[in-house]
Order: sequence, then structure tokens, then C-alpha cells
Amino acid sequence: MTISAPKYPASPTILVAALLAVLTLVVFAPSVRADEAVVRAGLAKFATAKGFGEVEAAVRELAATGDPAVSKPLAALSEGNLYVRKSDAAVFIATSNGETLSLADPLTGAEAGTAKAGEMAKVRVNNAVRGAIRAVSGSLTLGSGDAGVRLAAANAIFSRPDPNTIDALDAAIAKETDATVKARMQIARSSSVLASDRSDEEKSAAIKLISGLGSREALNLLTSFQSNAPDRLKEEAASAIRSINGTLMAWDVAQNVWYGISLGSVLLLAAIGLAITFGVMGVINMAHGEMVMLGAYTTFAVQEAIRATAPGLLDYSLIAALPCAFVVAAAVGIAVERGIIRFLYGRPLETLLATWGVSLILQQAVRTIFGPTNREVANPSWMSGGFEIGQLAITWNRLWIVAFSLAVFALLLLISNRSAWGLQMRAVTQNRRMAASMGIRTPWVDAFTFGLGSGIAGIAGVALSQIGNVSPNLGQGYIIDSFMVVVFGGVGNLWGTLLGAMSLGIANKFLEPYAGAVLGKIIVLVLIILFIQKRPRGLFALKGRAVEA
Amino acid sequence: MFEVKKYSRRLAGAVMIAGSIAFTGSVRAEGDTIKIGVLHSLSGTMAISETTLKDAMLMLIEEQNKKGGVLGKKLEAVVVDPASDWPLFAEKARDLISKDKVSAVFGCWTSVSRKSVLPVFAELDNLLFYPVQYEGEESQRNVFYTGAAPNQQAIPAVDYLMSEDGGSVKRWVLAGTDYVYPQTTNKILQAYLKSKGVADEDIMVNYTPFGHSDWQTIVSDIKKFGSAGKKTAVVSTINGDANVPFYKELANQGIKAEDIPVVAFSVGEEELAGLDTAPLVGHLTAWNYFQSVETPGNAEFIKTWRAFAKNDKRVTNDPMEAHYIGFNMWVKAVEKAGTTDPDAVIDAIVGVSVPNLSGGYSTMMPNHHITKPVLIGEIQADGQMETVWQTSGLVTGDEWSDYLPESKNLIADWRKPMSCGNFNVATGKCGGQSTN
Repeated sequence: MTISAPKYPASPTILVAALLAVLTLVVFAPSVRADEAVVRAGLAKFATAKGFGEVEAAVRELAATGDPAVSKPLAALSEGNLYVRKSDAAVFIATSNGETLSLADPLTGAEAGTAKAGEMAKVRVNNAVRGAIRAVSGSLTLGSGDAGVRLAAANAIFSRPDPNTIDALDAAIAKETDATVKARMQIARSSSVLASDRSDEEKSAAIKLISGLGSREALNLLTSFQSNAPDRLKEEAASAIRSINGTLMAWDVAQNVWYGISLGSVLLLAAIGLAITFGVMGVINMAHGEMVMLGAYTTFAVQEAIRATAPGLLDYSLIAALPCAFVVAAAVGIAVERGIIRFLYGRPLETLLATWGVSLILQQAVRTIFGPTNREVANPSWMSGGFEIGQLAITWNRLWIVAFSLAVFALLLLISNRSAWGLQMRAVTQNRRMAASMGIRTPWVDAFTFGLGSGIAGIAGVALSQIGNVSPNLGQGYIIDSFMVVVFGGVGNLWGTLLGAMSLGIANKFLEPYAGAVLGKIIVLVLIILFIQKRPRGLFALKGRAVEA
Repeated sequence: MFEVKKYSRRLAGAVMIAGSIAFTGSVRAEGDTIKIGVLHSLSGTMAISETTLKDAMLMLIEEQNKKGGVLGKKLEAVVVDPASDWPLFAEKARDLISKDKVSAVFGCWTSVSRKSVLPVFAELDNLLFYPVQYEGEESQRNVFYTGAAPNQQAIPAVDYLMSEDGGSVKRWVLAGTDYVYPQTTNKILQAYLKSKGVADEDIMVNYTPFGHSDWQTIVSDIKKFGSAGKKTAVVSTINGDANVPFYKELANQGIKAEDIPVVAFSVGEEELAGLDTAPLVGHLTAWNYFQSVETPGNAEFIKTWRAFAKNDKRVTNDPMEAHYIGFNMWVKAVEKAGTTDPDAVIDAIVGVSVPNLSGGYSTMMPNHHITKPVLIGEIQADGQMETVWQTSGLVTGDEWSDYLPESKNLIADWRKPMSCGNFNVATGKCGGQSTN
């Protein structure tokens, strides 16, 4: 199983890694080590603590020793891995492997045998305790030898300002050599200053420093400070808030555009296969969504297979799933075309009903094989979390999907416009009889074109499994949007599909903050209906004789 | 097995001879067994949740038969598939009652499906046990609500978040799917929060369509709303399928439970099974039962369930417990009444108390709602919930919310002589307001 940790500076995984790194350094920097007996006595409190309040008090007491060695048991506590042995009330870090737990000493990490699950009691934590651990870990790791750890520590303090950390921060800032870390520490110090009872001058300087950040966290800090600040500082804080709000407004527009592109790329992926089966071939394929679903379930099956045989390769399972999903969906597509649709060419209503029936059959088949509940498709680590450009939060999975959808689009364009097969495909759809007299085996071209469209839908399913449910109903959620995109973009034109998807995505995302998700969707639908009234053939209409064929 | 059947057939024969032959239908079906209708979608969008409940009912019936059935007769499940199609629920309910002659029906999940079958149960006078948490504002003579009413789930959850343990939340996002359950629940919550002194600008209400998959804007709106210097929490009535992309987006945008906790009312063990929960640790759910509850009764239930499902990883959830309670209440009421006749059972079941799986007893109240404990759990990395808070005693389901002006004067009491689902205590009349 991949643990998808967000790539934010203070994410728990990084923090834990940081804490562990600190532990190794402790050996070389023994200056701050407290008496081990004191730490052990602090740890023993977890065995007797009743209720979350007492656990939190024990955490603070442990942190007050100032010994970096306590970060290890604290990190374990935060992750829910700290246990108490019922027989002798000894505290251990335990990792579960089925029925038994492997124990380790909380300070040294030395192995301490195993125990049955029933013999151990977990020290339970809630959000308040986790928050306290995050706060105290910051000040414990400020002196680490690793710049990344110090940065994480500064971030932790910034998000949980605490007046008691100011002295530690001052000392750390004086020693700090890395400019980025130093700047971050100063900001963390400012946030703690705001929470303290220091002089107004110091606080005023802190406001200036924080307002320079221009981020939401800064806004949050200043707003909460402003509500009970003395009058002189209140005005200062208010003006800082105004300036941050101004900056954020501009970023909001950028964010909406990005969200729109990201939604557009999802629409593009869902619709692009349909642009072939419906757009090029004219088949009203209601089972298109189910091809997407088959692709998603193939991803699940491939992942399960990899998990069972080579768990180390799990991060690459999506790449392995791509060709499999294509083959599975294309095979089903060809079977449906050969078995049903070819008898119904030229009868759109019957095709619609028949493919709708196929979609129900496929859904129920998947429900019977895989069960009705959602299946978990793990996100590979390179698709989890996100990063920030200025105040714009971009998540990796969305970024990859944008790139992937454009790649699929380019590939399809290449096949359709540059390959012999693409030429035959276009010839058959434009003038079947003429193409047949030129020696093209039109039935096979039909079958493979439908297979191509379905296969593309299958690989779309691989990508969509990363952002949504993998359930038998997956396809239904996309079918209406797909038709909307293809009709809006112009039937029979791939560029139209691209432009249609992107403009629908962006329009949707600009409407959503004002009209809400429900009304926004309705408005977009109404706009499309009006647009189709005006231009029945969509954005990019095919012109010339091809239209009539 | 064969002998028991033979015996019960003979018994049925005796009954037939003793009394006059009342029904001319299949004699065997009338005498041999007591039929129980199971009205859960096995296909369509709701199959994801309801199929499990169908299996749970089959297990409960099988277990009861091992104990000798009810009134000396074996129980027989009649399973139908209303296919997530609301009008079809009414048709199937009608078939179950008039064609299959079932003695009681266990079923429905969404409120709209329940509303669609209500007239059928009233007209044909049969029993419906409804196992899912719902929006309240209803009490029917023929329906027993074994899931939570808003005061057994939503209000305690908000209380917890307002308390110091829960983080003293001051600012609230009410996010839900756009249909009757979230809207009514949010209306009640808004009224409740205002009564606790929360200002209008500290409440943000947001609705999304069914199966909403693109949560980028809303999650960033939540982030924005949460950066106003006050502790913020999200109360989620987001339904089923839309939850997975919602939680994925939360995790990817780095919203942690310590900063902005999300408390969900529709997310159980079953929903989390389709999700990598490691980034969600600490987000909350409010239910009346968790699989992680440590009681001998629950351990036994999980064991039986896994053996029945032939899958040692199958999870249990709150609506399953509701069926467990409802089914046992029906069995007890039938034994008390000595007959499966719906009218007799309706009179007998009020006051019946059976063990629930969280270590206490649940009682059927005169308003056809039951008493339950309320548990708040934090999501763990293994997809289970860990109880972090629970009500000190049992909470009685309040059918008509005290926080809505239109229902605060209404009560339901189905005992004779009142026998009323919407008695107005201010005017002293029954039916002061529409009966739904």
C-alpha cells in the first residue's frame, strides 16, 4: 500500500522522517540530553493517563525535558503506534503484523520481542493530542543538523504559534546559516510573538514580516490576532489584512483558470473516446461510460496483481495498467460493435437503446464479479499531494491528468491524420460506398475504429480511477458530460472536443464560486442549449460534402 | 431440517383444520413459514450500500432459524430488487405485501425511497423497518425508524466539536449533497447553531449534485473560509459516492484534521473500504455503532457476519446494526403478541427492548424511534473508526425537531388512545401539520 502523503512542508510523514533523522543525530549532539530516567518517568505517564487531557499533559511534560530523544515516542504516539503492556504497564512502540505486535523500546528503538494484540493497550490519541505533538515537535527539532528538518520545525511552530518557543527560535536563528530556513524561522518567531505578551513594537515588526507572506495562513494569523489586539496594532493588522486580501484576489483568478483546465482535462479524457465512436462514426454509444469503468477496474486488477507479485513496483502500476486497460476496453468495444452495433447502422434510436442495454449488462457484470462496493485504487506516490506556486495550490494528480489528457489527444490526432489507418477511418466515415469501391474493407475499419474509441475510453479510466470512485456506477457520472463536450465542440472534430472540454471546464469553475456547484452546472447546460440552437453543429462544424455523408 | 419441515407442516395442517381456511392461496406458503420482505436495491446507484444490508438480513434470518424460528415457524426471506428506482420501491413493496404475503418488510435506504413506499404500507397495513440515519420530521404508524434521527447523530456531533475536547469550533461549513436529508439536517443544524450564538457569517452552507467528482473549488473555498482566524470544522452530509473524491481532494490540498476537522454522517466503514485512509486520520464520523466497538456481542456479530459472507475482511457498519436491532425487536414483539398480525405487532413492539451491539439495550419508543448511544469516532489508518467521545447515556430519537419552528410543537405517540404521528401540543390536536 502506498501511503500518499501530501508534499506539504509540514506533512506528518515528512515530520516523522525528520524526527527519525534527528534521532540519529542525537548521538553526535548529546549536549541537550536530559537525564534518561526523567524521560522514562515521563513516558510511564502514558500508561496511567486517563482521557485525552492527561495524555496531552504527558506529551507536554515529555517535551518540557527538551531532550530530542522524545521525538521518537511522540511521533509514534501521533501515528497511533505507542502501546502499553497490560501486564507490567511498560510502554513500547509497536508495529502490527496481523495478530501479533512487534515491540520496540520507545527511546532506543531496540527490539523488545513480540506480544499478542490482546496483551497490549494502545495509547489513544485524538486531534487535540496530535496537534499538541505537532506543536512541541517543532521546538524539539529546531537544532537538527538537517536543513529540511529545521524548515519543517519552523513550519510546525508557525502553524501552532506558542510564546514559549520564542527563546528557542532566537537561539536557532542566531546559529542558522541557510537563508531560506532562517527566513522561515523569523516568520515562525513573528507568529509566536503575536501570540505572546511582548511589546507593541516587536508585534508591529512581526505584523510587517507576516503580511509579506501574502498567504492564507498569514491571513488566518492576522485575523485572529486582530480580534483582540490593542487599538494601535489593530489598524496595522487591518491594513496588512487588506493588502493580503488584494494579493489573494489576483491569485484566485489564476486558481479558477487552473481548476477549469483541470476539470476540462477530465472532461476531455472522458469525451475523447466518444469523439471517435460518436463524433466520427456517428454511433450514439451509451455504453461509452462503461468502457471508462472497465479501464478503471482493469487498473484495479493490475494493481492487485502487482501487489501480490511485486509490491516494490506498485508505483509503476498505472503505467502497466495503460496497455491492459486499452486492450480490455478495445476488445469489449470490438465485440459490441461486431455483435450488436453493426446491425444497427443508420438507426440511431435503436443504437441508443441497444447500447444503453449493453451499459446495464456491463455494469451488472462488474457488480457480480467485483461486488457492488468501491474498490480501492492506490495513488502512486508521484501522484499524491501537491505543491504551491505563489498562492496557487496545484495537486500532483491533477497536473498529471492534464498532461496525460493532452498526450492522449496528441496521439489520437496523430493516428487520425497521419496514419494509413486514420486515412481509411476518415474515408469510410465520409463516404462509405466510395471507400468500399477503393478496396477498403469497411466492416473491419468500422470495428477497429469502434475498438480504438473504446480503448481510449479504457485508458481514460486508468486516469479517472485516480481522482474518483472505482465502482460499477463510475461510467454513469461521465456519460452526460461526454456527450455535452462532443456536441458542443462539434461532431466529428477532435480539435472541437479539446476546445469544448476546456471551455466547459473553465466556464464551470468560474460560475461555481458565485452560483454554487448545482446551479453552476445548470447554467452551463442552459448555455449549451442556447449555443446549440444558434450553431447546431457545435464550435467546429464540418463543412462541405462530408457533412451529408 | 427435513423433520422440522414435516413437523411444521403438520402443525400448519392442525391450524388450518382448527380454524376456517382463511386464505385460498398457496396453502403451503401460508402455513409453513413466516415470510419477511427484504426491500433493498441490488442494482443501480444505491446497490453499493444496500446490497450489504440485504446480506445482513439473510444472515439474521438464517441465525434466527437456527434458533428455531419464530412462534415455532421457520422464517423465509423474500428478496426483491427495486433497482435504485424510487417508484419501483412502491411497486415492489406492494408485491411483497399483497402477493408474497410477507409479515414485515426490512428495507429502503434513501429518504426518497422511504417516502415512495409510505402510502403502500399505510394502505395495506404492513410493517417497514427503516435502518438508515435520516432527517426526521416524520413518524408513521407502520414504520419503525431504527436508524438515527438528527438528534441522535448530527446534534451530538456538533456539540462535541463545540466542546473543548473537540477543539472549540467557532466557524462551521455545512457541506451536503443536494437532496432532502442534507437539506433538512442542515436546516436543523443552522437553527441549532444560531441558538448557541453562532453568527450568520460564521456558517457556510454548500450543496453539490449527486456523485459530484470535482471538489477543487469547494475544498479551496473551505480552506478560504477556514482562514478567518477562528477554529473551523466541516459538517458533511455528503452522500455515498461523492465522498471518495472529496476526501482525496482534502488530502491532496493538505487539509489536516488537526486544522479543519471534517465530521461526516454518511461515511462508514463500508465507504472507507474504497479509500486509502492514511491521509484522513483524525477526521471524524458520528454514528451509533462502529465495527471497532469492543463488546462481546459485537465480536460475535462480526464473527457470524464474516462466516456468513465467507470473507474475513468484510466490514460491518451502522445500518447493519440498525437491522440487527430492528429484526430482534420484531421477533420479540411477535413472540409477545403471539401473532405476526401487523396491528398486534404495532401495539406490542412499543417498549420492547433488545441488546444493541455497543453493549447496552435499545428500546422502541412510542414515536416508533429507538434509543441509542451516540459515538464520535476518528478515522484510523486501517479504515476503522476509533471512538473518541460518546454520550453518557442513551439518546431517544426525536422525530419532530425541537429546533425548527414548524415542528417544535409536534410529538408522535402511537400508543392508544393517542395513536397520532403529529400531535400538536400547543393546540392539543392531532394532525396540526401535514402528516407527510
